[in-house]
Amino acid sequence: MSGHQFLVALVWVLALLVVMALNIIFMDWYERKLIGHIHLRPGPMHTGWHGLLQPFADMLKMLGKEDIVPTGADKLFFWIGPMVVVVPLFLALTVLPVAPGAALADINHGLFFVFAMQTIVPFGITLIGWAGHNKWSLVGSLRAAAQLITYEIPMLIAALGVVMLAGSTRLTDIVQHQTVWWYALKLPIGFAIFFVTGLAEMNRTPFDLPEAESELVAGYHTEYSGMKFGFAMMSEYNSMLVGSWLLVLLFLGGWNLWPLPPSPLWVVLKVYLVQSFIVWIRGTYPRMRLDDMMEMSWKYLIPAGLANLLLVGVLGTVFPKF
Amino acid sequence: MIGDYPRLGQASADGATKSIVLNMGPQHPSMHGVLHLMVELSGETVLACRPVIGYLHRGIEKLFENRTYNQCIVLCDRLDYISQYSNEWAFCRAVEKLADIEVAKRAEWLRTMYAELVRITSHLLWWSSVGLDMGAWTPLIYAMVPREHLFDFYEATTGSRLMPNYLRFGGVKEDVDPAALEELHDWLGTEFFAHLDEFDGLLSGNEIFLSRQRGLAHMTTDQAVAWGVTGPMLRATGCDRDLRKDTPYGVYDRLEWQTMTDARGDALARYTVRMREMRESANMAMQCIERMPAGEVRTRLPKVLRPPAGEVYVRTESTRGELGIYLVSDGSVKPYRLRVHSPAFMNISSLPRLVPGAHINDFFAIFGGVDNVMAEIDR
Repeated sequence: MSGHQFLVALVWVLALLVVMALNIIFMDWYERKLIGHIHLRPGPMHTGWHGLLQPFADMLKMLGKEDIVPTGADKLFFWIGPMVVVVPLFLALTVLPVAPGAALADINHGLFFVFAMQTIVPFGITLIGWAGHNKWSLVGSLRAAAQLITYEIPMLIAALGVVMLAGSTRLTDIVQHQTVWWYALKLPIGFAIFFVTGLAEMNRTPFDLPEAESELVAGYHTEYSGMKFGFAMMSEYNSMLVGSWLLVLLFLGGWNLWPLPPSPLWVVLKVYLVQSFIVWIRGTYPRMRLDDMMEMSWKYLIPAGLANLLLVGVLGTVFPKF
Repeated sequence: MIGDYPRLGQASADGATKSIVLNMGPQHPSMHGVLHLMVELSGETVLACRPVIGYLHRGIEKLFENRTYNQCIVLCDRLDYISQYSNEWAFCRAVEKLADIEVAKRAEWLRTMYAELVRITSHLLWWSSVGLDMGAWTPLIYAMVPREHLFDFYEATTGSRLMPNYLRFGGVKEDVDPAALEELHDWLGTEFFAHLDEFDGLLSGNEIFLSRQRGLAHMTTDQAVAWGVTGPMLRATGCDRDLRKDTPYGVYDRLEWQTMTDARGDALARYTVRMREMRESANMAMQCIERMPAGEVRTRLPKVLRPPAGEVYVRTESTRGELGIYLVSDGSVKPYRLRVHSPAFMNISSLPRLVPGAHINDFFAIFGGVDNVMAEIDR
């Protein structure tokens, strides 16, 4: 690697870190405001104009808190648990483009790289739950492990339909195939499956079982405090960003918004629309039961995903231009 | 019945799998009041549950013995602080029966109206928490909107939102402004029903909610009667028992209304009964406002009441079931002994029998349907 390439990569990494931080700051405020208005209340109002400084107040509060490590905790895993969650999600960001080829590494197997990184997250969550030496977090983390593994399978199957149509796993190529007709319109079943499984991957309502506050206090991160708890929260927003971004690239046309010219702005817009939709679901739905959720994946989503795959294969063969 | 009470630590004797005991509460985000539940889990399945009560014991029954009868009314508000007027009414009826006091005509209508309004506010709080227990946040805030409106009415007419101290022996503290009554009547007939329709749209028809509530924690009428369960929980097993109908007091025999029952006996039936009761209570309160006669709201009584020596037991249908007051007088200015038969206490004793076998997800859905108030259980 030449010095020039190294410099470019360094700038990209720093830019992505800024994007990640800005997203967390914005979503922290935006989710509270949106859920507040859904609840017929204004949300944060007192820290800055309409509570805009609330994320900074939160951050200061978390930095000022005592960093408690429980006596019975597995100290090593207690420390590295949050990293195992945050780092893969950051790595997943490096291959997500905002414009043709505009990513830190627009690699050929970008889609599989994102999935591979998302697969590491359950390990981190299980580590967090195990290391805390707390019954609530143990139950929460085992739920997370079961849920994330179960929902990765239909998610991959749904994404495979897109790969078959686009003929590539490179994310730029996939988006370039959706100049007019988004894959959400061509593959509505695949889109629905991907969205539902995406919610489960992000631990969002109605699949927020690993941190079900009405049952498990705070779920897998019950024992965490201070900035380590902050890491757990950051990973939530990161996971939401990665999930919605991937959804936008795979199914919602990425930077295409026909008949308007392609622009990175559309990616940003769509990503935040998807995230708003996720928050809206949180304001409307109760939580699913664990066994119902497992049943839904194994009995309905996976067969539907396979049927979708078959349908894509047939349609793609019969109509080569589909 | 103590014999079949599930014991902790016994259910996991088979095999090498160990069960864990979770101590839920008294500090837990979705615990209703300061209740401590020891829950034994195998994986995520509840094997046994034991409620540990007493964290809110204030000795209220003993406090009754140290106050004159008039001073006692204020203690009733502290029993079940979510349905205050029902408790006051139960105590006032006991004293009135003992001292043979006639209640002013208009006051009977006002008492009935307040008892039904407080049934609504109590059920609204239950509805908000039933959603919260299942992970839906929005019902909590939505239910507060009509609840606040009714609390504003309480404040405007009785002077207090939570602890009204409104009922008096032989009547009520003071008459209510007719304009406030008219405004309340309009609101109940229009906006309140619109709120209930909105609640039905938000939660009652939700597929996730229905699939989780249907068939959950089933209870038959025989079981409910054996366990001493009363109120909406008993009516949700199909048993048509309501003291307002069976032994009418107040003006319940002069109102047109039905007892709400549901024969399914599961958590969804408990939900449906309470939702229907809110509508029926609003209808009853509206009828009270329409037909209320004019006149005095208090019977003239001596300043210091000395009921004759004797004992009396009075039952009323409070929000949670049969609220009984057992009162013994020795002819002095203070009650000799007072005992509260708490419906919430009887209902929560059914919890250890309802939850075994349920998923921990559903534990709080069952618990929310019991609708307990710790202040009344611990007293």
